[in-house]
Amino acid sequence: MALLEVDNVRHSFGGLVAIDRVSFEVAPGQIKSVIGPNGAGKTTLFNIVCGLLRPDSGNIRFGDRAITGFKPYQIARAGVSRTFQNPSLFLQMNVLENVMVGRHCRTRWEFLGCGVRWPGQPKEEAAIREAAQAQLEYVGLAHLAECPAGALAFGERRMVELARALATEPQLLLLDEPGSGLNTREKADLGRMIRRVRERGVTILLVEHDMTLVMDLSDAILVLHNGARIAEGTPSEIQNDANVVRVYLGGEMNHAAAS
Amino acid sequence: MKPRLKPGLPFVLLAAALAIVPWILRRAEMEYCLTQLTMSLYYAIVVLGLCLVMGYAGQVSLGHGAFFAIGGYTSAVLTTCDVSKWQTAAWLGWIKQSPFCIAREDLFGNPILTVSPWAAFFAAMALTFVVANLIGYPALRLRGHYLAMATLGFGMIVHKVILGTAFTGAADGINGVPEWNLGLGLTVSGKRPLRIENYFIAGGLLLLLLVLLHNLVRSRVGRALQAIHDRETAANAMGINTALYKLKTFVLSALMAAMAGVFFTHYTAGIGPSEAGAFKSVRYVALAAAGGMSSLWGVTGMSTLLNYMSLRGLFGSYDNAVFGLLLIGIVSLAPEGPLKPLARLVRRLAGACRPPNAAQPDAARPNNGLEGRPRHGAA
Repeated sequence: MALLEVDNVRHSFGGLVAIDRVSFEVAPGQIKSVIGPNGAGKTTLFNIVCGLLRPDSGNIRFGDRAITGFKPYQIARAGVSRTFQNPSLFLQMNVLENVMVGRHCRTRWEFLGCGVRWPGQPKEEAAIREAAQAQLEYVGLAHLAECPAGALAFGERRMVELARALATEPQLLLLDEPGSGLNTREKADLGRMIRRVRERGVTILLVEHDMTLVMDLSDAILVLHNGARIAEGTPSEIQNDANVVRVYLGGEMNHAAAS
Repeated sequence: MKPRLKPGLPFVLLAAALAIVPWILRRAEMEYCLTQLTMSLYYAIVVLGLCLVMGYAGQVSLGHGAFFAIGGYTSAVLTTCDVSKWQTAAWLGWIKQSPFCIAREDLFGNPILTVSPWAAFFAAMALTFVVANLIGYPALRLRGHYLAMATLGFGMIVHKVILGTAFTGAADGINGVPEWNLGLGLTVSGKRPLRIENYFIAGGLLLLLLVLLHNLVRSRVGRALQAIHDRETAANAMGINTALYKLKTFVLSALMAAMAGVFFTHYTAGIGPSEAGAFKSVRYVALAAAGGMSSLWGVTGMSTLLNYMSLRGLFGSYDNAVFGLLLIGIVSLAPEGPLKPLARLVRRLAGACRPPNAAQPDAARPNNGLEGRPRHGAA
C-alpha cells in the first residue's frame, strides 16, 4: 500500500490553475522526485501535501488516514516533515535549540507543567536535548550546537534544517530543492545524506532542479508541467520520454499529445 | 557548553536584593517610598506578562491596561457592593453564612454584607479568562498585527464603559475597597503598619511569577513561542499549533495583568478609570520594549524602576509624554532595548582587557560579522 496517496488534487490561485488534477503515489521506503520547469507547480504541490495550502478539490491520504485539509502542525504530528526552499531556521535561537523545536510534536508538557517544572518535565526536557544533539551528530554538525543559527553558512543551514525535520521522527520527508545554492561537493554530501536518511526507513519526496542529483537518487520521478502531470516513471523511462525532453528543451508543448 | 550560573542563584540574589530594600529605606528614613515601590512591583507583573506576549509570541497587546482594570474593577465592585438587601429573600438567605460573603462595616461604620475578596479574585480571573479568549481567538488565528488592533479597540471600549457606568463609579472610580486577608497571616492592605508586609507580598508574587515564566521560556513551550515569533510557517510545519499557543500566551498574560489589578486595588483601597486608559496600555508596551522585550529580568527591572520614578512624580506633568518618548526612542534607536547593547559594550570592554592569547575556541570560525552568542532568550 502506498504511504502517500495524492488523488486528483487541484489548486488555483485566483484564475491561475497551479495544480491541475494531479494524482500520484509514494511507496514506503521510496525516494520519489518531482521535477518540472520553473512554475510547474512543484512547490505548490509540496505546500498542499504539508498542509500550508488547502486543495480546491481532491484527496490526500497518508498511511491509512485522509489528511486533506489538515493544518501543517497536524500533518507534522501524523509523520510528514519538510524542509524549505530557502532554509527557514529560527534565527534568534542557536543550532541545538532549532533542532529541539523539531521534537515539539513528539513531546507533551504544556504551559503549566513547564512553568512549575512538574516531576517528569525536566526529564523530558533533557531527553529533547539529547535527541536533538543526536540528530545534529547524524548530519555532522554537532560541533555547531551552541552557535547562533544566523551565523551559519548556507549549506550548514540546509543540514540543520534537515536535522530539525528528522527530529520530528517523520515517516515521510519532503525536501524542497535541497540542492539549490550548494556547491558540487556539498551536493555530493547531500546525495549521500539523503540515501542514509532513506536507509533509516524514511520515505522521501524530493523537489529538485539538479538532474544529476535527481537521476542518481530517485527510484521514481514525477514530471509536472504547467500544473499537470506529464510523465511518471523510473529515471531511465523519464530520460527517454519524448514529452519530457520537449518540455525541458523548450519546444512547443502540445497538451493534447501530452495527455 | 558555556559556563552557566547555578540555576536559581539569580533568583536568590533578587530575593536578597528585594529583602534588603526596606532596611535601607528605614536607615535613610525614607520608608514612605515603599508604597510607590509596592505599586511599581504590581505594575511590573503586568509588564512581565506582556513580555511573554511581545518578546516570545511576537504579538503586541495594546489592551493590558484594560485587563488590569477588569481585574481591579471586578474585585472592587464585588467587595464594595452591599448585598444585604437581598439576604431577606428566602432563597438567598444562605449567602450570609456562605464563605463567599463577609459581613463588615463600610467607611462610615454601617454594617454591610459583601462578596469576600477571595471569591471576588476568582470571579475577576474567570471574567478575564473569558474576555481574553473572546478577544484573542479571532485575532490570533490571523497573522500580523490584528491583536494590536483588536486590543486597542477593546481597551478603549473598556475605558469608556467604565467612565459611563454608574456602578463602576464613572469618573470617580471606586474607593473603600476592603483589605484582603490572604490567609497565613498576610493581608493586602495600604495601612501604614502593614507597609513592609505588603511590599513583601508584592515582591514575593513578582518573584514567584518570574520563576514560573523563567521555567516556561526555557522549556519546549518557550522554544515554540520563539519559533512562532521567528518564522510562523516553519513553526507550524514542525508540529506547533501556532494559533493555540499564541492564544494561550495572550490569555496567560491577560490573567497576570488582571491578577496585578486585583492586588493593586486592594492595596490602594480603590481604583480609577485612568487605569484602563490607552495611555496606561501604551506605557506597558513602552516598558516591555525598554526592558528588551524577551528579557524577563530586563523587563522586570526597567518596569519597576521607571514606574517607581513615575509614581514618585519625577516626570511631573510630562508623565505620559516621557513614556511615549521612551517608546519612540527604543523603536528607532535600540530595537532590542537599551540593555543588550549595553551588555555587549561591557563585554567588549572586558574582552579588550583580556590577554590576546586567551582566544575563544570558535574564534577561527567566520561568523558573518554576527555576535558571538547574543542569546535571544537571555531571560
